[in-house]
Amino acid sequence: MALLEIRWHGRGGQGAKTAALLFGDAAVETGKYIQAFPEYGPERMGAPVFAFNRISDEPILQHCGIKTPQIVVVLDTTLMETVDVTEGLPKDGVVLVNTQKNAGEIKQELKLTTQKVYVVDASKISKDILKRDLPNTPMLGALIKASKLLDFKAMLESVKHRLEHKFPNRPDVVDGNIKAIKRAYEEVGE
Amino acid sequence: MIVARTGNEAMAEAMRQINPDVVAAYPITPATEVVQLFSKFVHDGDVDTEFVPAESEHSAISACVGASAAGARVMTSTASQGLALMHEILFIAAGLRVPIVICLVNRSLSSPINIHCDHSDTLASRDSGWLQIYTENAQEAYDTTIQLVKVAEQALLPGIVSTDAFIISHGMERVELVDDNEVPKFLGERKLNYSLLDVDNPVTLGALDLQDFFFEHKRSEIDAMDHVLPIIERVQKEYGDKFGRYYSTVDEYKMDDAEVVIIAMGSTGGTAKVAVERLREKGKKVGLVRARVYRPFPKDAMLKAVTKAKVIGIMDRADTLSTLGGHLYNDVRSILYDTATRPLLKNYIYGLGGRDISIEEIEAIYDELFNIKKSGKVDKNIVYYGVRGE
Repeated sequence: MALLEIRWHGRGGQGAKTAALLFGDAAVETGKYIQAFPEYGPERMGAPVFAFNRISDEPILQHCGIKTPQIVVVLDTTLMETVDVTEGLPKDGVVLVNTQKNAGEIKQELKLTTQKVYVVDASKISKDILKRDLPNTPMLGALIKASKLLDFKAMLESVKHRLEHKFPNRPDVVDGNIKAIKRAYEEVGE
Repeated sequence: MIVARTGNEAMAEAMRQINPDVVAAYPITPATEVVQLFSKFVHDGDVDTEFVPAESEHSAISACVGASAAGARVMTSTASQGLALMHEILFIAAGLRVPIVICLVNRSLSSPINIHCDHSDTLASRDSGWLQIYTENAQEAYDTTIQLVKVAEQALLPGIVSTDAFIISHGMERVELVDDNEVPKFLGERKLNYSLLDVDNPVTLGALDLQDFFFEHKRSEIDAMDHVLPIIERVQKEYGDKFGRYYSTVDEYKMDDAEVVIIAMGSTGGTAKVAVERLREKGKKVGLVRARVYRPFPKDAMLKAVTKAKVIGIMDRADTLSTLGGHLYNDVRSILYDTATRPLLKNYIYGLGGRDISIEEIEAIYDELFNIKKSGKVDKNIVYYGVRGE
């Protein structure tokens, strides 16, 4: 696999950075070379934030910022009003959005013609299962389905492992996240 | 074991495996995690370390000096203002020949206040008598942390291993860890010629040393610095033979027939390698030299790497504020003075306060260097690259 770059758009507190790290972790466990990094600015709850991934079969040498990602993941559609979420996206790029709307509507809103748009209501999934609006982990499931970058089962194992490490006394949090990822994987649409 | 780790996590893992006798530290952005993760290893019983959470960096490094003089294997971690606050004690540590190792994250010095990457912090401590190794990525930071403990103890000199703030410290990458039990085996026990705690053979440390002997003692410290490169090279080779990852004091990339060359330090080395790849595909004879070991300066290895070059661009992520350009530029310029065919040099000060440097920008620098090669002259020796108003 040639080098592929992903940009995550979220608001402070929605877990864009965590999602990028979880994705990177899972990719390493399936034998890939990766980078996962947030853009550190004056971040605070609710402010627009960015996180990034590089993934490749070969060692990744560059350490510059990512300006032309092939995939963009949007955790919050209200960002689309103030941030150019498709900036630098190539003609064959992919956009994945957490929204109640369908792909056609999003495509129109973003004025995209050639790029592929995937949608999933990750917030609803999170609220149903985790009782909180944390769209980041379900979006991981949707990303794997849309991009086919990783083996889904291997990714689930990796995320489970990482969450168990992070929440050693909260099996409910671990199980809930896994359930949410699986559901988003099933529900994501073009 | 292959894992995904940030630079800070990788350095903390290395510290866990090294299992130092004493760590005295005060956390500071962006090196906080190194101390935080290590304190968790202490809490969880993963290490036997005496952990001293000090009230400032000055106190932390002072505690390190005492512990190291007593014979302990000692480490700490800091960045930027933290290293600046340690400054007074850095010279004392080097003069007392205590082999402390600092896992450092390169962050710009105030003011203006900023938490992002440049090399102004460690370069301001350049003349303190500490070894300095600048790493390109999380893997190298991990490997070098282990290597530097061995080098420092053999040379009886303290050392700093550093990563670029956020770019490496907070960037997650694929990292291959050595088995836990292999690290203590590689390092062995610290060998002591004397110890403050050996009451049967008392020694004096840190005594007043005036006109009669100060100079001789200082000269012996300089002598130690003169002899440390072979130790670094030996430890790098031992590490490579044992764990499969080889490093050199000067990291050369596509240098065999390179006519136009960039010299850089830290994570930019990796970005520049991609620029070299792209230009090589177009048939351009370009190369990259990364100054990995910076103190002592590996003069012979650097000369060997660059003397065939026609034009060299030297990228400094700090300025000396002396009107003479960056630190690396001045070092390279100095060692080339006695060579028969001095290449043309241009200094690019870039990336201060964490400003990004892209592959395309580095390609543009190579293009500019080709123009210098063609014209045979350098119009402006020192430029500030990627800054408004230039």
